[in-house]
Amino acid sequence: MSLIEVTDLSVDFGSVRAVDKVSFTLEPGAALGVVGESGSGKSTVAYALLGLHRGTGASVAGAVEVAGVDVAAASDPELRALRGGKAAMVFQDPLSALDPYYAVGDQIAEVYRVHRKVSRRAARARAVEVLDRVGIADAARRSRSRPHEFSGGMRQRALIAMALACEPRVLIADEPTTALDVTVQAQILDLLHELRAETGLGLLLVTHDVGVAAESVDDILVMRHGKVVERGPVGEVLAAPSQAYTRELLAAVPRIEGAGRASVPGPRFEAEAAAPAGAGEPVLEARDLRKVYGKRAKAFTAVDGVSVAVHAGETLGIVGESGSGKTTLGRMLVGLLAPDGGSVSRTAEVQMVFQDPGSALNPRRSIGESIADPLRARGEKDEGRIRARVDELLVRVGLEAAHYDRYPHEFSGGQRQRVCIARALAPSPRLIVCDEPVSSLDVTTQAQVLDLLDELRRELGLALVFIAHDLAVVRQVSDRVAVMRRGRVVESGTVAEVYGAPQDPYTKQLLAAVPALDPSAAALRRSERRELAEVA
Amino acid sequence: MTGFLLRRVGGALFVLFALSVLVYAVFYVAPGDVARIACGPRCSTAQIDQVSAQLRLDDPVYAQYWHFLQGIVAGRDYSTGTEIAHCGAPCLGFSYQSDQQVTELILAKLPVTASLVTGAFVLWIIIGVGTGVLSVWRRGRLSERVLTWLTLAGTATPVFVIGLLLIIVFCSTLAWLPFPQYVPLTEDPEQWMWNLLLPWFALALLESAKYARLTRSSMLETLAEDHVRTFRAFGVSERAILGRHALRGAVAPVIALSALDFGTMFGGAVLTESLFGIPGLARELVEAVRTVDLPVVVGLVLVIGFFVVLANTVADVLYAVADRRVVLA
Repeated sequence: MSLIEVTDLSVDFGSVRAVDKVSFTLEPGAALGVVGESGSGKSTVAYALLGLHRGTGASVAGAVEVAGVDVAAASDPELRALRGGKAAMVFQDPLSALDPYYAVGDQIAEVYRVHRKVSRRAARARAVEVLDRVGIADAARRSRSRPHEFSGGMRQRALIAMALACEPRVLIADEPTTALDVTVQAQILDLLHELRAETGLGLLLVTHDVGVAAESVDDILVMRHGKVVERGPVGEVLAAPSQAYTRELLAAVPRIEGAGRASVPGPRFEAEAAAPAGAGEPVLEARDLRKVYGKRAKAFTAVDGVSVAVHAGETLGIVGESGSGKTTLGRMLVGLLAPDGGSVSRTAEVQMVFQDPGSALNPRRSIGESIADPLRARGEKDEGRIRARVDELLVRVGLEAAHYDRYPHEFSGGQRQRVCIARALAPSPRLIVCDEPVSSLDVTTQAQVLDLLDELRRELGLALVFIAHDLAVVRQVSDRVAVMRRGRVVESGTVAEVYGAPQDPYTKQLLAAVPALDPSAAALRRSERRELAEVA
Repeated sequence: MTGFLLRRVGGALFVLFALSVLVYAVFYVAPGDVARIACGPRCSTAQIDQVSAQLRLDDPVYAQYWHFLQGIVAGRDYSTGTEIAHCGAPCLGFSYQSDQQVTELILAKLPVTASLVTGAFVLWIIIGVGTGVLSVWRRGRLSERVLTWLTLAGTATPVFVIGLLLIIVFCSTLAWLPFPQYVPLTEDPEQWMWNLLLPWFALALLESAKYARLTRSSMLETLAEDHVRTFRAFGVSERAILGRHALRGAVAPVIALSALDFGTMFGGAVLTESLFGIPGLARELVEAVRTVDLPVVVGLVLVIGFFVVLANTVADVLYAVADRRVVLA
């Protein structure tokens, strides 16, 4: 009998159909990946498996059977016994997924006692046992810590430990690694792989990241607008997608290997082939930048002696994991933060594009006014000229002049980021610092925004500083790359040098952690990572 | 934690100092004939001269304040013209109406107000938080709407209306309780309780409405958080989610507000004290203001201010204990 059997599942939120007649099965010990962009209905499917739509106003149709329980017909107590007992779920953001007020071990023990009639003491012991199993060092002591005292990766491990506590037969993981750094993501995916091999539990992995799915599952289900677009063994689907949407999706995924930015044809690329990177005149030069947060014993050096130079028309990629100091560096380059040491010399106007376009725009101001802000700030008073310039910018970034009076909430994430780019372009800068400009966007939207940035760079001769945690994205857009770790640049050079022949062990570790799109390479990378971990 | 504690206590001491300067300035350094105002409308010229000497109004302002502060910390001597009276620390001066020491006067009233406020406090927490939890538990149903309506009505009804209704129903119509008359706890604990029952309820019903709404909104806020979804997805029952997780989120705000209210109530339960004939601090303050008994007013404002600051400090510390992330921030 199958562990999960879903037949013609449909979920409606009011008049919106989020999931439309989805069917699939999961056998014991197998792993199924549900892949799709935001709004594809993939998480809604995952929630339906545990009956989490019950009592929320969503209407669910079709048959869902999980570990022998008919989810639609089950009584509340039966459903509670299923949840966590036979099928457990791991969520995306591990900080908000745990109760901030209680110790991690107590939370796991609480869940354990819901399903097993044991004493508090025995439940606590079980919590320590599973925490130890998922690789939390010194589990007995750490089980008394509260979630905010854990790192992101440890919190995700703790959540997996909670899921393992009652030895479920199915693990449903909803974007389990999205909020994590790439090296931590690799550790979590390896852990899931190991657990599956060891306990034989079935895994349903919901993710927007094709690479994550390629590493971890046997079969894959591609969803779009609530419907299943394509399904099959992961190797086949990724190697030879039969549907146009799947091909589009795969084409948009930035890659760590093979052709990078060089594949984007452009007049400047040919010129650059002859001249070495960075041949243009320098627009920005930073020497020995330092930034320290906090005082005395609590002092934390976010950026520790970084020197970079950016030349006209080139893209400098800055890559690093969270806490590496890359955002602090970016803000110092623009002048948003005053450095505690070192100097920045700018020969021209420098602007910035921020990570989350949703919060980077004033929701109560029309986008046209937002774009006009930097012009007004520079003393432009002629309304006609302002209007003309904003209209021109809107068209330039792929929007319409008629959008001037609309508000940010009327736009999608990708469009909002275009607005932010237009705003940065308004005072005609020579350099734009982009801090994670595409990390909150879907992969196809991401590709479009990256294309726009590259186009602008070529046409306007802009220089870009591109800050990101995603190595593949940085590789795709950059001429030169600097790898940051703990406030320092550990390695820098051209894309070919850093990605082709990395020198620093940390760079090697980062590269090995990036999920490969080729499932057959997954095992190889896994062993590669293990070796690097042993060396480190 | 120790550093946090020291910072809060240091801050509290500073606020008290600032309060004493401010109060002193407002009442004694104000323009006009301070001695006449301080002495009251019925004073003779001789009495006014005496007050002027007592307050040392010929000294510079900072010296005057220094004597005042000295009196609080170490005590001071007052010349009443014919003899010298010693006023032990903490000395807040003498009442011009009764010639009593202000400190003694306040100490006599303090247990009365403390009895009223403490009892009401316990009741309003029980009634308020209980109602809040109940309305979350029954959310979306008729009973929730009734509770919400009741708490709204509670907030909107003045204490003298609730108080009068309680007196009419329980003392007059049903005759279950005596007409309230304050009996000290040390004299007869049982009578103390029976006599305070109505004032307690009158004050608590009014206050509890606020707590019901706070508890309800904090719990609903927590229920919308992701970690609640986690525990639902792990089969934890709705009751445990409410009792263990959602209620826990309401603890910190309830503590913060209740400590503040507790402190403020020492000088703020004027209506309740008047209505039920309870000779507490607030009533004394009103009386002192009416008769322009400046030393008593200053003393009471300082003591009540002390309780507010104390309650604030306790609230800060308890908040940090309830939510450990505060200390780190």
